[in-house]
Amino acid sequence: MNIKMDLISEDKVNSMGSMEKIRFVLDGVKSGNIVVLEGGLTSEEQMKLIELAMLEVDEDFTGIEMSGYPSKKGFFNLRKKTRLTVVGPAKTMHTIKKGKDWISAVISEI
Amino acid sequence: MVRRRRTSGILAWLLEALFFKKRSVKIGIYGPPNAGKTTLTNRIIHTFADEEEDVGTASEIPHETRRAVRRGGILIDLKQNLKQFQRTNFNSNPQPLSDPTRNGDPTRNGDPSTNPSTKSGRKGRAKLKLDVVDTPGLATKIDFHDFLAYGLREEEAKQRAKEATEGVIEAIKWLDDIDGVILLMDATQDPYTQTNVVIIGNMEARGIPVVIAANKIDLSSAAPQKIKKAFPQHFVIPISALTGENMPEFYAAMVRRFR
Repeated sequence: MNIKMDLISEDKVNSMGSMEKIRFVLDGVKSGNIVVLEGGLTSEEQMKLIELAMLEVDEDFTGIEMSGYPSKKGFFNLRKKTRLTVVGPAKTMHTIKKGKDWISAVISEI
Repeated sequence: MVRRRRTSGILAWLLEALFFKKRSVKIGIYGPPNAGKTTLTNRIIHTFADEEEDVGTASEIPHETRRAVRRGGILIDLKQNLKQFQRTNFNSNPQPLSDPTRNGDPTRNGDPSTNPSTKSGRKGRAKLKLDVVDTPGLATKIDFHDFLAYGLREEEAKQRAKEATEGVIEAIKWLDDIDGVILLMDATQDPYTQTNVVIIGNMEARGIPVVIAANKIDLSSAAPQKIKKAFPQHFVIPISALTGENMPEFYAAMVRRFR
């Protein structure tokens, strides 16, 4: 079985609103894809994603595995700059270990 | 204009101090499943409210708490409760309160600002009126098959999984209605999980104060210094909610952070 990966550029991510992004990620993950967002999701968006994922958990879809680099302080420390977020189906993706600037994950067939 | 505003601010403060009781702060106890949230909530209630009362039962099966439970009217008065600390804490492994070199761990009792027995700990004499909210464990995945390993029947496991997903949503919803967060982490596990990072990020974005409790330091594999290293910008207090180790320092940190 092949596993599809969607690598989304920062421009594309920034062109979407929060809810649009979350729906986009969740639809991709529910289809079995690994979604990598350049620029990433904010903490609030990630929390919303967890909430929506929980609403859709059933026997086939057991939730999501999510990993990301923590955000960096941006311009004059006024805005936080998100960096990268990887989201996959919990059955397929397993984060082994992560640090501030690296993520080690295993992606396997269901 | 500014002067008038400042005067009205002082007046409001004086009126509140004289005629109105300070409202309780709502403190949510958050963390991943099996971090010890219910054990900690029960200990806070036993120490400051009712020795016989439990808000829930702790279990080795994940997602034992699937509904948020609030217990109001808790008054932390460090001075008054000092004797009680000594009675209820260290019941399994008596240790001196402030020994920064214990186990060579700099995060254990090593921060004098959190230790009520030190000079700066005098601030710990202040009182804090609070409501505690024991929340269901936050998770990004819930698979009923995981519960089968604990001897649950398939129907029970499916029901538990369904309730657990509702519990996660409820815990997230509660974030809108709380004034502070105790983020409980299992000190025997890797602290740098996305769930922990997301909770902290959300609290920072909302400007809600956080105290991180590195729980289960009674276990030999506990490494609270890893938590301190992962989240250096936050208060990290190593505790054992089960045995009561280091709880005076934890209560002092709560009063200072949430007052």
